[in-house]
Amino acid sequence: METNKYLQEEIVRISGVNPRKCMRCGKCSATCPAYDEMEYHPHQFVNMVENGDIEPLLNSKSLYKCLSCFACIDRCPRSVQPAKLVEAVRLAVIRQQGANHMTANDVPAMIDEDTPQQLLVSAFRKYTK
Amino acid sequence: MKVSYFPGCTLKNKARDLDLYARRAAEVLGVALEEIENWQCCGGVFTTANDEVATKLSSVRALKDAGEKGQPLVTVCSACHNVIKQTNHAMQTNAAFADKVNRYMGADGPYCGETEVYHYLEMLRDIVGFDKVKQAVVNSLAGKKIAAYYGCLLLRPNTVMHMDDPENPTIMEDFIRALGAEAIVYAKRNECCGGYISVECPDTARKNSEAIIRNAKAAGAEMIITACPLCKYNLVKNGADIPVVYFTELLAEALGVKEDTNGN
Ligand code: SF4
Ligand code: SF4
Repeated sequence: METNKYLQEEIVRISGVNPRKCMRCGKCSATCPAYDEMEYHPHQFVNMVENGDIEPLLNSKSLYKCLSCFACIDRCPRSVQPAKLVEAVRLAVIRQQGANHMTANDVPAMIDEDTPQQLLVSAFRKYTK
Repeated sequence: MKVSYFPGCTLKNKARDLDLYARRAAEVLGVALEEIENWQCCGGVFTTANDEVATKLSSVRALKDAGEKGQPLVTVCSACHNVIKQTNHAMQTNAAFADKVNRYMGADGPYCGETEVYHYLEMLRDIVGFDKVKQAVVNSLAGKKIAAYYGCLLLRPNTVMHMDDPENPTIMEDFIRALGAEAIVYAKRNECCGGYISVECPDTARKNSEAIIRNAKAAGAEMIITACPLCKYNLVKNGADIPVVYFTELLAEALGVKEDTNGN
């Protein structure tokens, strides 16, 4: 396992999450509406960040499957707030030059005549920098 | 009473009804919605990382503007409400973040989260009062079975949003009852429809939305109400075969102002 200390500290710092509070109950993953689509589930994000096992997370599509529904934040019995870690790892990726997950060129294929503006601004906020 | 009003990008476009009926109903209820001048889009979703500053400035500007007028800030869209309320909370509780924001905003006095933020539903409950709403009803919706769909953004994270019990909310059901209709309570009313994931992974949005619709219908719902344009889009796009309408439209209908004097 590759330990990336700098990134680990950065992710903990900008998320404000203390992964060591986790008691591995799995409730966050059990309630996650994107569970089936994720390679790494919310409780695994917590565990892997705690262990400095960041590299697999950086390369995982799971970063883009989170809905920001905050269910894992509200339902965690230890107030760990896993979604904030998912967000911090995603930012570590998309803040790099040329690493946006979505571009304006993708938009025409995504929309129909009813698409609310809110959908596009939200997707851009989550997937691009 | 006068309040500051933040409509948001979608209410000026695909969700014009949400805005229009909110304004008409407020007038009947004696609330003047004063639109914030030159408001800017909230960004749709709150970025939880505490080192993100620029993406939160539009919310701070709106909050500050309302604060300077000594007015509470009222939102209607669930997403605007979530972003603005979470930003306000960060301004109140994270001094380092607030300091960065205030330096960026310039010299006209610091803002530290003083403005009170109300969702329109909270305004009805806490400022106007559901009793008064009930008294103002001219077209009772008696006999209609209506399911409230909260989604996630109104309720979570609860430590910040404080709208209601996040697992057993009643504000929208109380609203439905105030209009004379029957409130249908069902388990999935506070589960996510998929939100913006419908661009990345439409199957997730479909699966979640279908489960919500199925659950509401099984409980006897003939109509679903929402405060969120994206929830409405996802539910309708993913096979809702009962009407999905904005809560403000229902309110305007009950208050007899759904059509203007020209019948529009
Ligand atoms: S916020 Fe993301 S990770 Fe957490 S429960 Fe929702 S979809 Fe899953
Ligand atoms: S719900 Fe909280 S304590 Fe339980 S596994 Fe998830 S992060 Fe850990």
